[in-house]
Amino acid sequence: MADKSLIGRALGTTTSAVEKGRLRFFAKAIGETDPVYTDEEAARAAGYPALPVPPTFLLCLESEGRDPQAIVEDIMGFDLGRILHAEQEFSYHHMAFAGDVLTFDTRIADVYEKKGGALQFVVQQTRITNQDGVHIADLRSSLVQR
Amino acid sequence: MTHTPTRALQYSDVHVGTELPLLRLRPVNRTMLALYAGASGDHNQIHIDIDFARKARVPDVFAHGMLSAAYLGRLLTSWVPQTQIRSFSMRFVGITQIGHIPHLTGRVTEKFEADGEQRVRLQIQCANQYGEPKVVGEAVVALA
Repeated sequence: MADKSLIGRALGTTTSAVEKGRLRFFAKAIGETDPVYTDEEAARAAGYPALPVPPTFLLCLESEGRDPQAIVEDIMGFDLGRILHAEQEFSYHHMAFAGDVLTFDTRIADVYEKKGGALQFVVQQTRITNQDGVHIADLRSSLVQR
Repeated sequence: MTHTPTRALQYSDVHVGTELPLLRLRPVNRTMLALYAGASGDHNQIHIDIDFARKARVPDVFAHGMLSAAYLGRLLTSWVPQTQIRSFSMRFVGITQIGHIPHLTGRVTEKFEADGEQRVRLQIQCANQYGEPKVVGEAVVALA
């Protein structure tokens, strides 16, 4: 049972190195056909210093340094078999590339319920910066327990 | 003879109602979900292990919501270079089952200026072959 006292709770800061092999694996998994995401020469021809991190992969890197199951069960008090991803937002400031080391600072931004408590929502917010302190993006992820 | 490169999409090229080219993908199968689990790092068994799914009282594994989100990302980056994407948000409104064929669509809903640049707001959607929406959202992209 998630309660409002969780709002503002820090879930810690993690770092994650962006590996080009993982970017290629992700590109394969999503059926990406644009060579900019798999071929370094194509990426450079497009003006990028290295393979770019595609729009949604930032969320994958965010969860890399954590134990999402423990966060969901122990901190949020949710039952893993009953939760769904309700909403996801990305705000982009600068792009990230293979070779970057990204820092993810995540906290619980909101807790609320709908339908008289039948649906419970927990919203996590993450600020992402790179190795030079450049603000890369902000993520907002909303989970719901049915 | 002068080689003319493909001209980048410009603000004046689009209007409210302009539609992005439809992106129709391959039917979702179990291999795709296994690959996405590995590549994304989301190892939630509900997407890859039918025994776990049945114990959780769902008849079969189903696609990760973030796989459809990644497809929406492809819709956007096939329309403009990724550097022009300012924001991207979505709601997961339905379950993508094995055999569903993702249909990615988008439409310009607003043209505006913000932070000193020209931007357009897009309504975007991932639906299946029956027209049932699975992920709906919006994106803001900058256009010169």
